Amino acid sequence: MAWAGGAEPHGDGRGDKRPAWDNKGQYLLSCLGFAVGLGNIWRFPYLCQTHGGGAFLIPYLIALVLEGIPVFYIELAIGQCLRRGSIGVWTAVSPYLGGVGLGCLTVSFLVSLYYNTVLSWVLWYLLNSFQDPLPWSSCPLDINRTGAFEAECQASSTVSYFWYRQTLNITADISDNGSIQWRLLACLAASWAVVYLCVIRGIETTGKAIYFTALFPYLVLTIFLIRGLTLPGAVRGLIYLFTPNVQTLRNPRVWLDAATQIFFSLSLAFGGHIAFASYNPPRNNCEKDAVTVALVNSLTSLYASIAVFSVLGFKAANDHGRCLDRNLLRLLNAFDLPDQSISRDDYAAVLAHLNATQPESVARLPLEVCQLEDFLDKSASGTGLAFVVFTEAVLHMPGAPGWAVLFFGMLFTLGLSSMFGNLEGIITPLLDLGVLRRSVPKEVLTGLVCLLCFLSATCFALQSGSYWLQVFDSYAAPLNLIIFAFFEVVGIAYVYGMPRFSDDIACMTGRRPGLYWRVTWKVVSPLLLLTIFVAYIAVLAWTPLSYRAWDPQYAWFPSRQEKSYPGWVQATCVLLCFLPALWVPAVALVQQLAKRRQKQDTWQDGCPKLQEGGAS
Amino acid sequence: MPDAENAFKVRLSIRTALGDKAYAWDTNEEYLFKAMVAFSMRKVPNRETTEISHVLLCNVTQRVSFWFVVTDPSKNHTLPAVEIQSAIRMNRNRINSAFFLNDQTLEFLKIPSTLAPPTDPTMPIWMIIFSVIFCIVIVAVMLLIFSGIRQRRRKSKGPSEVDDTEDKCENMITIENGIPCDPLDTKGGHINDVFMTEDERLTPL
Repeated sequence: MAWAGGAEPHGDGRGDKRPAWDNKGQYLLSCLGFAVGLGNIWRFPYLCQTHGGGAFLIPYLIALVLEGIPVFYIELAIGQCLRRGSIGVWTAVSPYLGGVGLGCLTVSFLVSLYYNTVLSWVLWYLLNSFQDPLPWSSCPLDINRTGAFEAECQASSTVSYFWYRQTLNITADISDNGSIQWRLLACLAASWAVVYLCVIRGIETTGKAIYFTALFPYLVLTIFLIRGLTLPGAVRGLIYLFTPNVQTLRNPRVWLDAATQIFFSLSLAFGGHIAFASYNPPRNNCEKDAVTVALVNSLTSLYASIAVFSVLGFKAANDHGRCLDRNLLRLLNAFDLPDQSISRDDYAAVLAHLNATQPESVARLPLEVCQLEDFLDKSASGTGLAFVVFTEAVLHMPGAPGWAVLFFGMLFTLGLSSMFGNLEGIITPLLDLGVLRRSVPKEVLTGLVCLLCFLSATCFALQSGSYWLQVFDSYAAPLNLIIFAFFEVVGIAYVYGMPRFSDDIACMTGRRPGLYWRVTWKVVSPLLLLTIFVAYIAVLAWTPLSYRAWDPQYAWFPSRQEKSYPGWVQATCVLLCFLPALWVPAVALVQQLAKRRQKQDTWQDGCPKLQEGGAS
Repeated sequence: MPDAENAFKVRLSIRTALGDKAYAWDTNEEYLFKAMVAFSMRKVPNRETTEISHVLLCNVTQRVSFWFVVTDPSKNHTLPAVEIQSAIRMNRNRINSAFFLNDQTLEFLKIPSTLAPPTDPTMPIWMIIFSVIFCIVIVAVMLLIFSGIRQRRRKSKGPSEVDDTEDKCENMITIENGIPCDPLDTKGGHINDVFMTEDERLTPL
């Protein structure tokens, strides 16, 4: 049979037995750790908050049932059955589909680059959390020592200044590269070293590391949950943020976000789950595994958002209280009232009284508008939530350095367990392809992969690195993964054949797949994925490609200035969107040409030979 | 006197600073304040003869806030603001502690407080922890690599042909995309019994 790329038809291309998990717990924890990542902490709560609170769970659960679990089950089943990484699996299903495996490998590589950069930022914050007071609690003095604080810090806030200036040292424009930030480069090297340490011997070492990296976040989340619920203002925040607003469900954007969130939350179409399942023994109930891991992932998202919302509620209450205090101080100073004579509750009444008696003096005062709902409505996702909003919330909790260490430690272990999946999605197919000779140890391959990734990721340590990271995050993965998932489902349901797949599953789990699985694989999931693909392209085409720049010279600083990408960056965005997916038609074309040449050769030879067709 | 050329406004927030232990502001406290200002002025080179009576307070409000000036011995004119400002800044700590207050609760409007100089440690804390973590990781990686090399040397000494042929049989069947479950039944030792559960029923192939 024709193998694309000359893949060696051995289990792991080395003549040794294929590595296996020490026990099922390691396998389940690895899949769970890969699925549960930073997005569960800082993407799901944001989506919940902006899309109608508790009402968002409806499209989320529907997407989970109709799209998430079926595709996830396919990945685990096919990996366990064919016992190969993504390239080997899809080439085995059909040589024309070999491009899917290569594309998954490319996307895993691109995502590893920027994901570990985020981890290096988390590491930087973790290292800086071991001091009291925390470095982002106060502004540094002006270099000229005129007795004033840095202007940029005064204009924005201490946490924003620490993030944008002292961590990223960000430039005002994406085309202005600036210089390499050595501190970030050092942190990047350290995080890649940690990843290498854990992935050095493949699942032999990740299987040991996963016990800590997968379970530690749950411990910290529980601690934060208990602490968060006891903070003042937390419960009010929780109620406000979770109150369902069913009207938002009319907006189709909500459904699109739910579908894409469940997709990326489960880390589908990366090839990592296929790799993990390929180390399983063939007789293993992967149906139960798929449903369990998917459900636990969603429950983790929910659990995390309760913890996050309680802390955000506390922060909003805190900010509201300090806003009121500032207004009270202005009133006291202007009217020479006794110190502490007005409490926060009396503020409204006293203000009304003063407004009635001395309106001109009151009008002259720069009083702010302090509404609790305004503070609660301030939403943030991604790096903004972790490095700006949460760090500020932690400042006001007693024992701040301890909470900062716990929080960033949790983020680091969460990201690390996802990195294991990403790297296994790269390493396992390479091992199966046999890119290195048998005599070369596995440590060398993993070392080379980590080194290559580290060197490629140094561009993110530039001053404009954070802007580039946003480009990669928004455009490298989403569209390609949807395309690959579509081909995965269609490839299994129609090319590999449902009867043959049902036989394989019956052999592995002991019973054939039920009606729900067959309907979703054949009809529902492909249609849904196609709809998401079209909708995503429409959204991308409609929204202008722009980014928010941090520019101290901006007229409305500290608001971020909305700038559009220069032409060459826009071209890069489009390339990132589609280049990995081009593997699919490319490999199919190569296969077709090779087949045609073979036919020509047999014709010229004049001897009829048995056609060595593909698996279809 | 308020807003006079060399007058300063002072604002105290006693209750904010001391809570329940706050004292009431009365004429005795004003006397102490005058004494502290006079003390500060006496430290200035040619103002050693400043007396408490030279310090004048007025417009005391309930806030507590008031204005003060320092007159010269002849009580004809007030001392320049610059001198008073530098004198107060030099002795700010003593004045604050006399009243159990700090720079934020005992405010001299128009006199900025000197900020603490930035503490530049010789080695930032993050670098120390970073070096520790990095060294541990490098050592662990080295250990794993060397143990791997040792394992491989030990394995290469033992025979391994028997395993190869068995694997080839298994792999031959997987090439044809058949279900590798059936042949595994005949080969002992490939099924991990940990994974077998009671409720699995195997359909006959």
